[in-house]
Amino acid sequence: MAKTALKAGSRFKSAVSDAQVMIVKAPAGEFELGCGGAAMVGGTAAAPEGLTLAAGDAGEVLIGKRYVNADESLEMLCTKGGKGTLSLDGVALEIKQAKQLPSSD
Amino acid sequence: MNIATILDMAAEAFGDRVAVACGDSRYTYAELREAAYRAAAQIKASNAQYVALLDVTSPAAPIAIFAAAYAGVPYVPLNYRLTKPELNELIERVAPAYLITTPEYAKLLEPREGVKVVDRSTFLSLPATDGTIPEIGDDPRAVAVQLFTSGTTGKPKAAILRHENLMSYIVGTVEFASAEEDDGIIVTVPPYHIAGISAVLSSTYACRRMVQMDGFEARAWLAACREHSVSNAFLVPTMIQRIVEHLEESGAGANLPALRALAYGGGKMPLTTIQKAMQLLPHVDFTNAYGLTETSSTIAVLGPDDHRAAATSSDPAVRRRLGSVGKPGAVELEIRDDSGKVLGAEEAGLVFVRGPQVSGEYLQQGSQLDVDGWFPTKDRGYLDAEGYLFLDGRSDDVIVRGGENISPGEIEDVLLTHPSVADAAVVAMPDEQWGEGVAAAVVLKAGAAVNVAELQELVKGKLRSSRVPQKIVFKDTLPYNELGKVLRRLIRQDFI
Repeated sequence: MAKTALKAGSRFKSAVSDAQVMIVKAPAGEFELGCGGAAMVGGTAAAPEGLTLAAGDAGEVLIGKRYVNADESLEMLCTKGGKGTLSLDGVALEIKQAKQLPSSD
Repeated sequence: MNIATILDMAAEAFGDRVAVACGDSRYTYAELREAAYRAAAQIKASNAQYVALLDVTSPAAPIAIFAAAYAGVPYVPLNYRLTKPELNELIERVAPAYLITTPEYAKLLEPREGVKVVDRSTFLSLPATDGTIPEIGDDPRAVAVQLFTSGTTGKPKAAILRHENLMSYIVGTVEFASAEEDDGIIVTVPPYHIAGISAVLSSTYACRRMVQMDGFEARAWLAACREHSVSNAFLVPTMIQRIVEHLEESGAGANLPALRALAYGGGKMPLTTIQKAMQLLPHVDFTNAYGLTETSSTIAVLGPDDHRAAATSSDPAVRRRLGSVGKPGAVELEIRDDSGKVLGAEEAGLVFVRGPQVSGEYLQQGSQLDVDGWFPTKDRGYLDAEGYLFLDGRSDDVIVRGGENISPGEIEDVLLTHPSVADAAVVAMPDEQWGEGVAAAVVLKAGAAVNVAELQELVKGKLRSSRVPQKIVFKDTLPYNELGKVLRRLIRQDFI
């Protein structure tokens, strides 16, 4: 599957569910962003047909949650929820704990 | 990256929830997005390079913020209190523009080519689109909001906030959909203030109902909080002072059972006011939020636990934190001296901040960040040993007397301890011998009398002789702006 450059602001959607993400920050280089075992599709491109959620993937991408890799060099925001586990080059991403401040405005 | 994503997410997740309540008018998050779609189509068709708003608070403000983002042009709210020449000069700077206003303000506008003036009532009833969903721009460096700062000298500067600045602030400090179904926030800051804009973005991301109120008056604010079961509020310190005074005069309880959180900022909070407010509203969580236009709003907060700890502690170091603006949130913060050296705890200097929400950029003057990305806030202050930030006025307001830096705040605090003094402002005055001297404008309480020498003695006794105002004038009132900031530049004119 094709690797692609990730840059802040760009959007990707899952090829196997409704999930959508927006890149908040990303390391330089080319990577494969996955969801539910299939490569995610960038921008407004159409998803390839016939792909299905990987068997055994019980993950779910939650709207409003931020997802990071182990060293937090990649951070994405889920803008639309859906089934599947997010991954970067095959490694599952984790939810980043929000540093929530007391409501100030 | 685009702030329109915030509304998209709220409309997808809680489309049926009320987003805006203003008088009898209601918009759900789905309706707010639909209204923004319609406006975006008109804005695009007009070829405007800016969306300007010259209006008090109304549903048009949140619609215009998001419509500008969908249309891919900056949103520029204008201060409706400016004079006619000032306003027209600013509009000249944003043409070609799509300008939303009301007949009252439209009268002030000179006809100008390239400015499409749209009445608010028209803006709120635009025709449906052909169903095309606007494609959101993804350039994180695109400008989302441009705010004209109230410059003390020269022309107002155009501070710019990029989509990446505002998105970092919102995503980094607010939990998506964190509001409860019945929550509501009352917004009383004008739309052209950064706190008015961040309130719209934060509330939308939290999926919280926004209750709009045009202008501020204590009794009306209390009534609106009760009528709309308001759970959250943001006020400037002067507004809290008015509410405290009103409650003390009426003798009635606040009777705000739904109110849980009250945030304040935008100016210095007098200690006595916050203490009284906490006593009058013991069930409310108070948060002091410190921020600037150039930092996309809040950079430090003194949270509810800090307030309660400070109010009840016997330790003077903890007690004084009620006068602090708290700890930095999603930014780094440093105190530096005039030579740029980073200072330690308890050492006063200039406040610098760094982080993705910090824009620190003006359209004409460019970025004010240093090579390492630090922004000089021009506020003076110091940190205590635990990292709580205490502010000490603007660096521009510091009086430099014979090479010695004197902060007006410490002298004002002493003057205010005199039982006859109701209000005081200290400014620099020209002085042949020292370069600058200390001058004070003082307002006495009704029926009180005190002479200049007595006040000078008071300052001399509590501070040093260099702090003694060499000239004191008595005034009926001091000039304040609409958000309660004292206008020192006007006071200085009394001493030239």
